[in-house]
Amino acid sequence: MSAVLQTQDLTKRFSKVLAVDRLNLSLERGSITALLGGNGAGKTTTLSMLLGLLKPTSGQIELFSEDFIENRFSVLGRMNFSSPYVDLPQRLTVRENLTVYAKLYGVRGIDERIQELVEEFRLGDFMDRRLRKLSSGQKTRVSLAKSMVNRPDFLLLDEPTASLDPGTTNWIRELLNQYRKETGATILFASHDMREVELLCDEVLLMRKGRLVEGGSPKDLLAKYDHDTLEQVFLQVNRGEGER
Amino acid sequence: MGRISALLLRYVYLLRSSWPRVIEIAYWPTMQMIIWGFVSRHFSSSSPELTAGGILISVVLVWDSLFRSHISYTLSFLEEMWSRNLGNLFVSPLRPAELIVALASVSLMRTLIGMVPAALLAIPFFGVSVFDMGLHLLAFFFNLVFTGWAISQFVTGILIRYGLGAESLTWVLPFLIAPFSCIYYPLETLPPWMQSVASFVPTSYVFEGMRALLINGEVRTDLLTSAFLLNLFYFMVGVATFFFAFDSARKHGLLLQSGE
Repeated sequence: MSAVLQTQDLTKRFSKVLAVDRLNLSLERGSITALLGGNGAGKTTTLSMLLGLLKPTSGQIELFSEDFIENRFSVLGRMNFSSPYVDLPQRLTVRENLTVYAKLYGVRGIDERIQELVEEFRLGDFMDRRLRKLSSGQKTRVSLAKSMVNRPDFLLLDEPTASLDPGTTNWIRELLNQYRKETGATILFASHDMREVELLCDEVLLMRKGRLVEGGSPKDLLAKYDHDTLEQVFLQVNRGEGER
Repeated sequence: MGRISALLLRYVYLLRSSWPRVIEIAYWPTMQMIIWGFVSRHFSSSSPELTAGGILISVVLVWDSLFRSHISYTLSFLEEMWSRNLGNLFVSPLRPAELIVALASVSLMRTLIGMVPAALLAIPFFGVSVFDMGLHLLAFFFNLVFTGWAISQFVTGILIRYGLGAESLTWVLPFLIAPFSCIYYPLETLPPWMQSVASFVPTSYVFEGMRALLINGEVRTDLLTSAFLLNLFYFMVGVATFFFAFDSARKHGLLLQSGE
């Protein structure tokens, strides 16, 4: 397998705060990786840098063998993103939102692609409703549908199943797994839902105080720390009792 | 081109979603035209030099095109901030320069929607047709739209860097140049120090040019050229400010946080 993403000594400093400290990441094609950490661990800062929303203080990001920091626009079309902290235009309908983003990403066969998304994310009942009229769970589904509108090779998700009920969470999880299997896409997500991480991920990366302090498959981590759940591993590492 | 048309489509959807919004775009210029039309009629008997050639109504309409172009540009940008959509836009392949072109295009569209009905209504209401200025009208109009865009570049740059706390600049900034623009009075009315300042304000050349055309029938291409060159300069400075602010926002992590 080849690496889709590689970072080298990726660092972000906000005046006196070192938010991300010499982060070295490598994500293989077709992998699903979870980025975990407590509040202020540097997860969102890392995702923001990988999306081009935040300029690193130093270090390198190589995405699809391109220098992402210098040349992000050649790569952004192959990526996409969803976060509960970023909204889509509320006054537009779901269909209008998906159409705009499909055009923005240069999708060919927009109507067909939107129809696929309607079926995959079960949006049919509210496609022509404005976003502001939807429940938070429905909005999350629309945001996820938008993140897949361009069939991204690299998908970044910030708490992808926030606001979803357990049944829908399970179904979205299966959908993400299916998407990865069918397309070979690489998925990186930040989540606080340890059950989700355990069920979905090939690899877990744990951050603390801006540094990557632990990593491995959920199974390996459980064995290494001799715990039954990832939550216990997370708590132990977050206390500073684990070091990569 | 596809990305620019995608954003244009987004703003068309937004306009289409609310007929009151479309009506509002034409409402204010029409109200301005009606009020100043009656003021003009009132002065036409006592001070005919003030209203010759329909000058008062014409300058009001043309000045409003600056204000409308600026407001339309900046409100479209603010719409992205209010809806917390900037993060989605800036992780897409959309280049900041394409955003500028899309915002300028939608601004032109909205300005025309606002100004054309008011200009047409001025003909039956007050017998004043700005279209009588022919191609010169286009030169005056585009110069003022250009000024509006230059101001918008500064404002959106400040918004992107300092957030919605700077929102009031949207309404305040165009009026900062109004006294120096000599909209309703000739340049020589201003005290010397204000005339010096006005020489750096492109709109003062536009309105002097309009007066020369409408009152004396004189075409002052020198004034229009000065206005255009100044506009070009300010627009480029504005674009540079926007890019500088965008870069600074990327350094400080402000693009994901912008919103209400």
